[in-house]
Parts: sequence; structure tokens; C-alpha cells
Amino acid sequence: MSNTDFVRQLPNSHGTMPRERSLSQRLRIDPVLLFLLLLLAGTGLFVLYSASDGSQAAVMRQGRYMSVAFVVMIIVAQFHPEQIRRWAPAGFVICVLMLLAVEFVGVGAKGAQRWLSLGGFRFQPSELAKLMLPITVAWYLSSHPLPPNWRFTAGSLVIIGLPTVLVAMQPDLGTSILVAAAGFFVLFLAGLSWWFILSGIGALALAAWPMWTFVLHDYQRRRILTMLDPEGDKLGAGWNIIQSKTAIGSGGFEGKGWMLGTQSHLDFLPESHTDFIIAVLAEEFGLRGVLLLLLLYGLIILRGMWIAAQAKHSFGRLLGGSIILTFFVYVFVNMGMVSGLLPVVGVPLPLVSQGGTSLVSLLIGFGILMGIFADERLVHQ
Amino acid sequence: MPRRQQLKNTQRERRQYKRRMIYCLLFVSALIGVIVYRYSHLQLIDYDIYKTQSDRNRIQLLPLPPKRGLIFDRNGELLAENIPSYTLTLTRERIKSLDDTLAAIAEIIALDESDVEQFERRLRHRRPYQGIPLKFRLTEEEIAKLAVNSYRLPGVEVDAQLVRHYPKGELFAHLLGYVGRISEKELEVIDPVNYSGTDFIGKIGIEKYYEDLLHGIVGYQNAESNAHGRILRVLEQHDPLPGGDIQLHVDSQVQEVAFSAMAGRRGAVVAIDPRSGGVIAMVSTPSYDTNQFVNGISSKDYQALSGDRNLPLFNRALQGQYPPASTVKPIWGLAGLYYGVVSPNTRFVDPGWFSLPNDERRYRDWKVGGHGYSINLEQAVEQSCDVYYYELAYRLGIDRLHDFGVRFGLGNATGIDTTNERRGLMPSREWKENVYGGHWYPGETINIGIGQGFMLTTPLQLAVATSVLASQGELRAPRLLAAVDGQPVQAPLLGKIEDVSQADWNAVRASMEAVIYGQRGTARGLQRGLEYTLAAKTGTAQVVSIAADEKYDAEALAIAKRDHALFIAFAPAEKPEIAVAVVIENGEHGGSVAGPVARAVIDAYLLGDTSAKALKMSREDSDE
Repeated sequence: MSNTDFVRQLPNSHGTMPRERSLSQRLRIDPVLLFLLLLLAGTGLFVLYSASDGSQAAVMRQGRYMSVAFVVMIIVAQFHPEQIRRWAPAGFVICVLMLLAVEFVGVGAKGAQRWLSLGGFRFQPSELAKLMLPITVAWYLSSHPLPPNWRFTAGSLVIIGLPTVLVAMQPDLGTSILVAAAGFFVLFLAGLSWWFILSGIGALALAAWPMWTFVLHDYQRRRILTMLDPEGDKLGAGWNIIQSKTAIGSGGFEGKGWMLGTQSHLDFLPESHTDFIIAVLAEEFGLRGVLLLLLLYGLIILRGMWIAAQAKHSFGRLLGGSIILTFFVYVFVNMGMVSGLLPVVGVPLPLVSQGGTSLVSLLIGFGILMGIFADERLVHQ
Repeated sequence: MPRRQQLKNTQRERRQYKRRMIYCLLFVSALIGVIVYRYSHLQLIDYDIYKTQSDRNRIQLLPLPPKRGLIFDRNGELLAENIPSYTLTLTRERIKSLDDTLAAIAEIIALDESDVEQFERRLRHRRPYQGIPLKFRLTEEEIAKLAVNSYRLPGVEVDAQLVRHYPKGELFAHLLGYVGRISEKELEVIDPVNYSGTDFIGKIGIEKYYEDLLHGIVGYQNAESNAHGRILRVLEQHDPLPGGDIQLHVDSQVQEVAFSAMAGRRGAVVAIDPRSGGVIAMVSTPSYDTNQFVNGISSKDYQALSGDRNLPLFNRALQGQYPPASTVKPIWGLAGLYYGVVSPNTRFVDPGWFSLPNDERRYRDWKVGGHGYSINLEQAVEQSCDVYYYELAYRLGIDRLHDFGVRFGLGNATGIDTTNERRGLMPSREWKENVYGGHWYPGETINIGIGQGFMLTTPLQLAVATSVLASQGELRAPRLLAAVDGQPVQAPLLGKIEDVSQADWNAVRASMEAVIYGQRGTARGLQRGLEYTLAAKTGTAQVVSIAADEKYDAEALAIAKRDHALFIAFAPAEKPEIAVAVVIENGEHGGSVAGPVARAVIDAYLLGDTSAKALKMSREDSDE
């Protein structure tokens, strides 16, 4: 792709301004996606109220985080994909430097160094990596014909590998998986050869044993073992999984009713307002509630995929696709780990779990997606 | 840039992207399918399992331990009670780092090394999820400090419970025994349901013997609790059945008199009501404070007790086995009359020694030169003439001595309602054959005649035998328990000697009265100020055997080798209400050392006179 190619598509050079633009168009927002996201956020607050034992303060705080995050999303939506593309290399370098900084001057909690303290403001560079990595890989690949040849594939792997390894060293396995996934989605959507994918999977399977023995930390190994056999350590690591499965299972189809979940309200369920909040929802609203939530997530993912697929330029397509697929990975890993399908890796349920950092980075992703959508509509008109 | 310019084919790229996106969509759908399957499985198929588990989580069946029965003496004085005590407990399963938690607690309240040491010992023998006590008897201040810090000490709780307390401490130590924390061994024996809420169990003595009676029956409550085990709401409650309150025959005033009369000397006093078999007093000295055993004694304190040369932990009343010595003489006298070997007027010559036909060995009388040329039964008891009894035993033979002794309970467990009783020893030919594999020698019979040789009795057995003498033939199992929840309990009658004539009984009783009232009575010192008739017998048991021709020299012997002082008595002689046996180790003189103790006990029981004036008089006598 050349620059002239891009210029032709910019609205002011196109010359045909629409006579009347709706509010959403002027704000560069996809009303459908916004509606679904607000519905999800509202559901999150509703469940959080119960999970926090009816604490209005907790709901208000999360509500403020959400407001900030939605504003950030709208701000991000104002940027054109081309602008984002231009910042990609510089952004990537800054991101890697920050991750290195975490290694040396980071702030620790629970045996892991994940935070960077900037004048009283605590910041998690791994969240930035989740966004910067797909942007960078999309930038790198979209400037050349697709599918990528082996040189570009190798180059992409280096770009993916660097931040992934740095995050994994913090150590934060959950986030490093999300970071790596975001990069791989770009590669996959760019048309990565199947031969490469299959041999990659084979290599991973071969590397599993040395990974287990030399790379994984004790607590990570324990989490995996706990997932396989939670009964082995009932009051220790297995406690969380046993209690969350009990919460989910005892909800049945109809659920115990809002604010009536015994597992969560009697403190059996750990982390009930953060990573394990889906168990509260499953206990109180039953399978019905779970299916409705999945439907909501499914609609958001479908809308996201549709937006990405409509993008005229490969950069927007690749980035948009990766953002929405990463969003799905959040949902899958979280719901999988709480129900005992996957090891507990500390991935929040997007827009429902309490917490500001991941909320902001998720909605920045949706902001980018909306920016892509807005550009697309302009092109059509 | 290489010239081979690669051109982007937008159409092709878009087509390929869409293909890839469809793969992704399929992949995403498949994974959502997995999630849906997983949640459906948990919430529909396994619903019952998790529903039950959630209820079990939420609803706890909590055992309600029954209140342990109280123990009273015959006058309603409290001997064992339950007092509230606050205990700091740790539940290991809920604590991540034990060292950190212990360190944090040590910053809040004072912890001894022995607290931690014992806690770690208890930790090894615990039931899962059981709160293990770290410190007992917390003060109000400590409870408050712990409450303030409880939020950062998960698994650490202050537990209020009723703990056994013995207000009279060492006075009743050997009689009551004590409770202690249930051990792993006991855990295998007890009913796990009934003891599910109980931490203590009777370890020894009455507390152990009447454990079933005192413990009661466990109750339960269904309670909703949170993950920290804190109870939020009681859904259903079934009250426990408290243990029975028991009343003992023991009179704590008499017990106290007996205890102080012993004045810390090594020995035992047992007093029985011959009419009922009820134990009025039972003392073993020196004693110890049982309260320190309730919550586990520190190893230092325990070593001090168990290493004490006076053996305070040893219950001499039940387990001390002593030769009965001359106290057995009234019984052998009665045996002589019963078997017709002697009559009350039969007289033997006592030159100061006795020897068997065709044997040169001389069995010496305790009195050098003997008691005279004409000694009858009454005189033999009054003066405790050994030669008379050598002769009598020789004529009776071991078989008849054994059979008659057994009828007085000698050589058999008395069947008292407490633990760890020893049987003593009433030897027989059969016994000798079994134990030593040899024949019975006539010389051994001679020693039995004066209650020495192989013969061994416990102070309790002596009291029982005295009680048979007093009641003229009724052998009862001594009973500590008088009543349960106000309902009296009868002592079983083990046997009644009915084939001994009243005249023979009276002759023996008269001889025992002569011990007190006779001019040469060995305990005539006790008659001063007596307000009732007393029948008694003294005894002095050899600890080391003295060679036939050697003279016993108390001064030269180490204290531990000096003779034991024994004394048996019953009163009032014509209608006995109390029978007493006293043993004082290395006390040397039955009449003047053990006798006043027995009199003090009888004075206290019959007259309510707790001044122990007999002891003062005997002290004055020795001062003179």
C-alpha cells in the first residue's frame, strides 16, 4: 500500500461531504456497538452490586471508571486508523521500554512485578502491550503484500515475541497469553500459511515438557495441576475452583435470585467481584443468565467482526479483527477458568469484572474499532 | 528496494481476509459451544451435586457438647466444676503460614515457649479442621487485643468453653482423678458422634471410671455459617443432654483432716463406712494439683512431678502394696477360732522366738525376750505377739490361711469404682507353683502369720478387710459413688461370712478393743479423751528382711529402709460406722505414728471434731 492510495480515501480529499450527518456519525460512533457495550456495562454494575454485598460505594466507583473508559473510547474513536498506523513504531518502542522498566524499577504485588509508578499514578505497561502489539504487527504486515512471506512472518514473530516474553517474565502468564494472542490473530488474519500454523502447533506440543520443567513458575504449575485435580488441595489452591464450580452448579437453570447467592454472600466464593464474578452471575441468574450474557458477548463479537471485515484497508482489517478476537479470548479464558476448564490465570470478564485498567484498555480497543467503522462509512458515502 | 516490485492485490487480500475471518468465526462459535456445554453440564446435569454441596457449605451441623456432670461430696460440697475459660485456637487448615501467624500473635499477646511447644505437639495429633488451642485462660485484655486484630489473623479465634476445675486441688487429686484433652489413642475408642463437640475426657480416677455418666449426650444445631466458619443464623437446634451430677460418699471435712494429719508424709489413709461400703475418705500423700493436667501440663512441671522421689503421682491408696504386717492378726485369730485350731483360752508359750520342728532357724518376736509363758488370743492381739501367730499359722497351714484371707478380700481387687486398683497378694501353694515353680515351705507359712513374707495389701484392701471385721462378715465392694442426680446407688455385697459364730466375732473384737484399752495395748496411747469405743490393730511392716539373729536398729538404717507404720481401726466398736486403714511409709511405729492419724479421721467423722487433737496429744507424748 502506498501513501497516495490512502490519501484518496481521506474524507476531506474525497470532497463529497454528506448533507446531514447524524450525531453518531459526527461523533464517529457505531450506535449498535455502543448500545451493546452499554448494556454489557449495565449488566456488570448490576451483578457487581450483588457481588460486593450491596455496596453502593463499589458500584459508584466502578460506574466512574466506566464513564471515564467510555469517554476515552469516544476520544480514541476520533483518530483515523492512518494516524494510529503512523504512531505504531514509536508506540511499540515506548511500550517495550516501559516493559523493560517494569523489570528493573517496577512495583511488585503478590510476588510479581507488573506496575510502573508514574508520579503517584500506577500504570500497567502490559495493558499497553495488549494494544500496541496488534497495532505494530498490523502496521508491519499491511505495508506489504499479503499473505506475508516467510521473512515477514519471522519479523512478525520477533515483534510478538519481545513484549510477550517481557510480560511473561513479570511474571504474568495470563496477560502474556492475551498479548501473544493479539499478535497471532493479526498474523492469522493476514493469511499466515497453514503449513506454518500446523508446524507451530507441533513445535509447541514438543516444547510443552521443557516449558513445564524450566519455564513455568511453581505457582503456575500448581494452578495447572489444581485445574486438573482441584480436590487435591481443597483448602489451598483448589478452594477457589471448587467453590466457583459449586456456585455455578448450584445456580441451576433459574438461579437463586439476585442478591440471594449463598456461595458469594457467605464469602465462600473468592474474588467474587473481580475475576470470579461470572460465578456470582451463574449462581444468582442460573444458566438463563449465563446464556443471555453469552448472547450479548456473541452480538458484540459479531458486530466487531463485521466492522473489521468492512474496512477498506488491510491495516484496519487486521487490527480490527485482532481487537475483537482478543476480546473473545478474554471472555473464553475467564469463563473457562472460573468453570474449571482452564487454569486460573487472572483474566477479568470484560466490562463485568471490577477494575479500571483492563476496562480502559478494552474500551480503547473498541474506540479504535469505532474509528475504523466511522472511516468506512465515510468511504461509502 | 529490489526491482521486483510486489504489488498489493487488494481484492485478493480482501477475499483471503474474509476466508480467514470465517475460520475465526467458526473457531469462536466452537469455543462458545464449549463454554455453553460446560455451564449447561454444571448447571443442569450436575445441579443436584452442586446444590447439595452448596447447602453443605452453607449449613453446618454443629455438635453442641454436653455440660459435664458436677461432682459433690456427701454434704453437697463441690469437688469438680466447670468454669468458663477463653482459649486462643488456631485452625491449621485456614492458615497459610503458621510461622507468620504465630509471630503476629506474639506481637499482640505474650506467648511462652512452652505454649508454642505444646501447641506444636497438639498440632500433630489433631482432627482435620479442628481448632488447636495455643493459649489457655486468656485475660479480658488479651481477648480485646485479639479481637481488634482478628481481621488480619484468619484461622485464629478466641474460643469460649467450659473447662473442668477442681476447687480442692491436691486434696482430692488421687480420688477424683482428672480430665484431659482427648488423645489420639482415646479417639479410636470413643464414640466419635457423642464426642464430636467434646475436647476433654476422663483420664484417671472417678473422672475416667464414670466418664459415660459424667459426659452426657451430644446435641447439635444446624447453623448457617460463612466461609470463615462464623455462624450467622441457627436453623434448627437439638439440645445436648448434660452429664449426670454425681454425689460421692466422701466427706471433704474428713478427707481434709486425713490429708493434713498425714502432714506430707508418704502414705495413704482410707476410711470406709462398713454398713454401706461407701468411701468416707481416701487420701494418698504427697499429692499434686490436678488442675494443671486439665489443659496439658508443661513438660517441665511434669518432669518435676514425675521425678519427685516422694512419688506424688503414685496413688498409694490403690496401688501401694505393703505387707499388712500385724494388722492381719485379728483375721488370723478369727481363722484359728473358726477352724478350731485354737479357742479363746488356748495359750502358747512365747520365749521370744519360735522354731519349726526339726529346724534350727529361729523366728524372732519383735519384743526381745517375748511376751511371757501364757499368751492367749486376746493378749496376742493386744500386745501383737508374733510367736503366738507363728504357732497359730503353723497349725493352720497355708491353705486355710489363704482361703480365710480371701474371704476378707485379701489378694483380690476390691472392685472399687475407680481406675488402676492393684490386687495385692494373698499367697497360696498354687500361686507359688505358678510364679516360682517351687514347693511351699513351712517357713513361708510362719511369715504369713505376721503378715510378712509374700503377703501384700493395698491400703484400700486393708480398709475393706477392717470393714469386714467391723460388720462381722459383710464383704462389700467399696463405693465412691453415692448418688446420681439425687438417685442413691447401692454398693454390691460381694460376700457374707455367715459360718463364723458370734462368740468368735466378739472375741476378736474384744481383742482389738484391748489394743486401745488393755494395759499393754500397743495403741493404748490413743484412749485418752476417747468419746466412743475404738477397736484397732497396729502394724509395723519390715521393708528390708532382717537376718534371723540380727537386731533391728532404726537409727542405723537409711530412712527409705525403715519400717512402714500401719494401723487399722473401726468405731464405735459395738456398732461400727467407720473402718479406717492408715499406712505411713517408713513411719516405723504403727501405734504412735499411724494410730493418731486414724483417730483424727474417726474423730472428724463421728464427732465432727476436725481439730485432730489425737495428733497433738501424740506429739505432746513424744515431747515428754
